Amino acid sequence: MTTTTTTTPATEPRLRVNDFALKLANVNGTGSASANSLLMEAIFRMGVPVSGKNLFPSNIQGLPTWYEIRVNYTGFVARAQEYDLVVAMNGQTYERDIKEVKTGGYVLYDSTFPLEPGLTRGDVTFLGLPLARMCNDHFRKSRERILMKNIAYAGALVALLGIDTEMVEHLLDEKFAGKAKLRDSNHVALQLGIDYARTHFACPLEIRLERVPTAEETILIDGNTATALGCLYAGATVAAWYPITPSTSLMDAFTGFCEKYRRDPETGRSQYLIIQAEDEIAAIGIVVGAAWNGARAFTSTSGPGISLMNEILGLAYYAEIPAVVVDVQRTGPSTGMPTRTQQADIMECAYASHGDTKHILLFPGNPSECFDLAVRSFDLAERFQTPVILLSDLDIGMNDWVVPRLSWNDSYVPDRGAVLTAEMLERLTAFQRYSQPDANFVTARTLPGVSPLGAYFARGSGHTESGIYTEIPDEYQKVADRLSKKHAAAARHMPDPVIERREGARFGVVTVGGCDLAVREALELLHLRDVDADYLRVRAFPFGRAVEAFLDEHELLFVVEQNRDAQLRSLLTLETSVSRDKLRSVLSYGGFPLSAATVVDGITHELRS
Amino acid sequence: MPSIAKPLVPLLDLPRNGIGLTQRDYEGAMSTLCAGCGHDSITAALVRALWELDLQPHMIAKLSGIGCSSKTTAYFAGAAHGFNSVHGRMAAIATGAAAANRELLYVGVSGDGDSLSIGLGQLLHAMRRNVHMLYIIENNGVYGLTKGQFSASADVGSRLKHGETNTLAPIDAVAVGLSLGATFLARSFSGDKEQLVPILKAAAMHRGFALVDVISPCVTFNDHDGSTKSYHYTREHDVHATESDFIPFRSEVTATIPENGARNVTMHDGSVLRFRSVPADYDPTDRPSVMRYLEQSREAGEVISGVLYVDENSRDMHEVNNTPDEPLVRVPFSKLCPGAAELNTLQDGFR
Repeated sequence: MTTTTTTTPATEPRLRVNDFALKLANVNGTGSASANSLLMEAIFRMGVPVSGKNLFPSNIQGLPTWYEIRVNYTGFVARAQEYDLVVAMNGQTYERDIKEVKTGGYVLYDSTFPLEPGLTRGDVTFLGLPLARMCNDHFRKSRERILMKNIAYAGALVALLGIDTEMVEHLLDEKFAGKAKLRDSNHVALQLGIDYARTHFACPLEIRLERVPTAEETILIDGNTATALGCLYAGATVAAWYPITPSTSLMDAFTGFCEKYRRDPETGRSQYLIIQAEDEIAAIGIVVGAAWNGARAFTSTSGPGISLMNEILGLAYYAEIPAVVVDVQRTGPSTGMPTRTQQADIMECAYASHGDTKHILLFPGNPSECFDLAVRSFDLAERFQTPVILLSDLDIGMNDWVVPRLSWNDSYVPDRGAVLTAEMLERLTAFQRYSQPDANFVTARTLPGVSPLGAYFARGSGHTESGIYTEIPDEYQKVADRLSKKHAAAARHMPDPVIERREGARFGVVTVGGCDLAVREALELLHLRDVDADYLRVRAFPFGRAVEAFLDEHELLFVVEQNRDAQLRSLLTLETSVSRDKLRSVLSYGGFPLSAATVVDGITHELRS
Repeated sequence: MPSIAKPLVPLLDLPRNGIGLTQRDYEGAMSTLCAGCGHDSITAALVRALWELDLQPHMIAKLSGIGCSSKTTAYFAGAAHGFNSVHGRMAAIATGAAAANRELLYVGVSGDGDSLSIGLGQLLHAMRRNVHMLYIIENNGVYGLTKGQFSASADVGSRLKHGETNTLAPIDAVAVGLSLGATFLARSFSGDKEQLVPILKAAAMHRGFALVDVISPCVTFNDHDGSTKSYHYTREHDVHATESDFIPFRSEVTATIPENGARNVTMHDGSVLRFRSVPADYDPTDRPSVMRYLEQSREAGEVISGVLYVDENSRDMHEVNNTPDEPLVRVPFSKLCPGAAELNTLQDGFR
């Protein structure tokens, strides 16, 4: 029996604790996800900063899928582009996967089937485990034999990387509590991998993990779950949606939370109503109808859904009705690559709908901000009586991130904006829906069913300050101009941008959303080469003074974003006074999360030219 | 949607309803539709029905899409909130509004273009969800506001003013609704107030989605010979499948309704919808026989009117979703937000 093909590289790599990247290449639908997340969770529980990026196909079974784990003790866990170890479980992609291993790195593969000679490399170590054979020997059912190969390679990695064995066993017990048979099989498979690795390889490798005592309490959470929690905590009662990757898990999570926390303990009634609509047009219509009636309502979707929602978003903007829309962006245009990430809906969302329309956008950079900004979305939507679009993306929404524990202040009071009560209406001589703006150019609204004195017509057609139909230029413009001022006034109420300055900075770098970690890591790498830059991450549109000032104070700025057409750069040039020439673009839009290397390369290339 | 305020002419001694209001209190702005438009008769019937039902005007919410029909929400219940939304999407907006506040009476007014072409999908799904609302289609077989194109309800062979003949099969909202499991389906004629008022009352009190398809001739674009939605054609071909009366739960006036041959359907709130069936064996609660009857009548070229189907036993959207009796908009925030301590406990699971 031949089990291992080992080629020793010429030089011994140095010991690297808590600093490496893995790539796990699998076939989708074979159950690899649970093994991969088991590894990720185990590393997280050891207190080591880690990220897991699921690069999956838009398919249920049979296509290549990858999972990348990056461990970095300083916390820079943006996607790596080179890997210290690749687990090659997919014959279809062997060639490409093996190519991506760094010199001096490792390839772990199933040695039940011999590797074609052309695939080997002299500068990496091949670790062969007879995974299929071991699982065939130990498990009877064919499905189990396939599934358990994954847990077996996870076991090998536990030994090879020095992952705490007891903790992994404990995780399996947690995961399969109440499913004794499955739990036992998993334990057997895990042990098979551990034993084989310990017997045949020098464990642990020089890339390894060591437990880190952490002061800060962190959690492992994906952005969609965090956004759903934000909507729950903000008091959303009506939600409407149409299934679409990568936002579906958001409404799934919201449903789960509502089932848990929104059942009246006395009556058993559900204090929420979630409607799976027939399409995204209906979904936003339901949200607008509910919000017109005074409920906090939201929908979650992705780019194609925003395209369909355009008309009603314009209606909500013009009739001044709050609406919260979460756009978990994916790769466009059209169907694009539904399971791949991008930030390419920025322009679409900023001006969604025909006519002069402008929306409030919020850009969370990680799941923790998804939670906070989801709550903020409802406050802003009601304060400004307008749609607020929360632009998350697939990388933030569907991948697990390590973030500080979410916190909640029990003194939070929802900002319901200017809403007249029956008593307030009694005191008015006459109610006019769109007159008497406050300092933010917002006019008070009334809710149906409250008072006969509050009646008005919400309409998408031209209207006067009383809400009456008009085709008279002055009357139309008066309302249209106030809306423009209202949008501008909202800038003062937006979350501040994140700014980090460096001494001797030669230029500024502006970015958005989930680019955060990769860009900050890139700035650190540039600093090591004596190239220093200030950092700004936009968190909202309209942009506001802090963004203007940052743009003003730099002669040269790089705008890093994940789309082809430099949409953030365009929006900055349209909506601030920055000169277009000062802004250079660094773009990444292939669909995989941004890595620091792309940013460093982009900036250095531009600086040279 | 231009509208003109109605001049207030003091009229003494107008009859008052159970809550002391006159029909005036259920009127809205002056109509700007063409003189003789069927839609205005429907508005008048609606004003009458809402008045007879003793509803607080501000507890009504009026919703519409776009088109001539959709303008009519401005012409009744002036003290009620109105929402003139976008073309074909009123059903979704009403669904959301009904989800948020189940206490109001939602009156949706739409047309055959708004409901059967651009908005067909939304109409069907609102029916499937059994959203508690009164949904009126003011059906004239033609696009009025864009000056006279065929709509999806135009009959095969019907002719436009300038001579074009429709060759496409019409969509019959009642037949489609029946196939979907809709719970209240009625058809009437704008020129038949006697029939329309009790139908609207019954529809308004139905717990669930009540569709009232009202043939409403377009005097400007579709009231000529050759149109199957003209006053003349409808009067000639209208067959009352059912004659109905609606008796609100609180009244005790059953004696005024003839007993012989009548059939009662008790509505959710205890009100009674009483049928004096014209075909003696017509049973508006028996779906297969209603389907058969509608099909036979269609073959015969008749316009069948009346409350054609009622199902008072199915649950509306709120019942299906087990929401509280109090509207969701009134559930206090303290009950909606689990609070800091629970967030901490919850996050123990994220480790």
